[in-house]
Amino acid sequence: MIVTTEKLTKRYGDRAVVDEVSLSVRRGEVYGFLGPNGAGKTTTIRMLLGLVQPTSGSAQVLGEAPGTPRALLKVGSLIEGPGFYPYLSGRDNLRVHAHRRGVGRTHVEAALEQVDLVSAAGEKFRRYSLGMKQRLGVAAALLGRPELLILDEPTNGLDPAGMADMRDLVRALAAQGQTVLLSSHLLGEVEEICDRVGVISQGRLVAESTVEQLRGDTVLLIRADPIEKAHVLIEGSAMHGDVLHVRETDAGALVRTLVRADVDVREVRPLRRTLEEVFFEMTGAA
Amino acid sequence: MGSVKAELLRLWKWPATWVLIGVWLVMTLTFGYVFNYLALNGGTNTRDLSQQQLISAMQPENVGAAVVRGLPMFGGAIILVLAALAVGSGYGWGTWKTTLTAGPRRVSAMAGTLGALGIIVVVLVALTFVVDLGAAVVVATVEGWDWSLPGFDAVEALGASLLIAAMWTGFGVFLGVVTKGPALSVGLGLMWAIVTENLLRGVGSLLGPVESLTKVLPGGSAGNLAGAVGGSGAPGVLNDLSGTTAALFLVGYVVVFVGAATLLKVRRDLV
Repeated sequence: MIVTTEKLTKRYGDRAVVDEVSLSVRRGEVYGFLGPNGAGKTTTIRMLLGLVQPTSGSAQVLGEAPGTPRALLKVGSLIEGPGFYPYLSGRDNLRVHAHRRGVGRTHVEAALEQVDLVSAAGEKFRRYSLGMKQRLGVAAALLGRPELLILDEPTNGLDPAGMADMRDLVRALAAQGQTVLLSSHLLGEVEEICDRVGVISQGRLVAESTVEQLRGDTVLLIRADPIEKAHVLIEGSAMHGDVLHVRETDAGALVRTLVRADVDVREVRPLRRTLEEVFFEMTGAA
Repeated sequence: MGSVKAELLRLWKWPATWVLIGVWLVMTLTFGYVFNYLALNGGTNTRDLSQQQLISAMQPENVGAAVVRGLPMFGGAIILVLAALAVGSGYGWGTWKTTLTAGPRRVSAMAGTLGALGIIVVVLVALTFVVDLGAAVVVATVEGWDWSLPGFDAVEALGASLLIAAMWTGFGVFLGVVTKGPALSVGLGLMWAIVTENLLRGVGSLLGPVESLTKVLPGGSAGNLAGAVGGSGAPGVLNDLSGTTAALFLVGYVVVFVGAATLLKVRRDLV
């Protein structure tokens, strides 16, 4: 495990912003940290980076206590938008960051290349578009080739093209074996990119598994006439109004059975809960 | 060392650093030399200064005193603004978050900021000395005075200048960390450096204990040290304490301001 937390809790007064969260991120995976705004994602991540001290519970990042130099030097992060000096160029901002991480200029150029910012590296940060700022943030996170990349809402505020660019970038990093912890409230983004997901709601981790497991088994929807006859013919089917739901993957065999029994088959399609439906179910958000 | 390099790179390339240093150099030249020169050559009101005092204030051998006398109030205010902006702006820009997740310990990150600010302040004092010396040499040459280069007393004055500058830097850093922003820290700092201590001195003429207190406040201590090493004739320069006592108070303020700021930075959550 690259990240583990055990009953990690942060309270502000009586309010638990993060409440006994126990999660684990495995090496080489893209872990989606999913939750509505204000669910506790950023506070959890801040605790993993040592920016916020937990009230109770514990965490380990790459076998180290969060926030220690040994842990931080192995982690690259982008938390709630990039934090750079507006009057410096993108390249100079990375040089400043590189000094702090103890890496040389070659790393700066490599990181700029990786996020496709070489041509704009000499421009002042304040003149960057939001997408360029986010990419510079990822470049800073990549300095020193960290073992773990923590990206907190990296597509926030981006236009659709920028979001697609960012997703491509994360996919490319994942393809190179980079472990990524990606926090987001955008379900499509997480569904597209992530191997495993942790869902947080009101400070509590309500689920942690693969996207597939979260969505559950595939159910076949069958619309047929007469539906009652089809219901009798297909064992284990459940009738919902004028359709049947069947936990069965061999659609061909089912259709053959119905047709041989002189049942008109009008529609057969897989019915699967989307991650969005699962998410709303778990978080109570709508 | 990486933290100092990082902070120095960003402070060196920050326009605000050079604007503030430039403003200070213009001020020190204007009030230290231009006005005195004009007063000496036909001015009708010489602020009760005799011709000999004006000449003495502008002679190259007294450049050390010229540097130190500006720092207790106006120079100090500029240094305080620089330090408060350097630290406070990081909260608004989100650069503290980037800094503290980069790798160094919080103490090292803070030491980097303090070290880089220290270097910038040394540059400011050195530039003030060089510019003042240049102006003094020009005036002395134009006026045909006999002059010599500054002696050992200039070293003492420059040491005092650096201590005063360190105190104002520490004060600015402290305010930047406490207020977590540039606007409030600069506002409070300027209010203290230029208004509050002067008001207290006014009250002090009515209340003895307040008068005693004003002598050892940050600006009062700075003014007393400047006065003890020969700085005179500028706002904020005092002659109520010995140089050693004033210097000890300033060292105390540096320790308290820097210590408290570092402790806060290390212990406080960055949310």
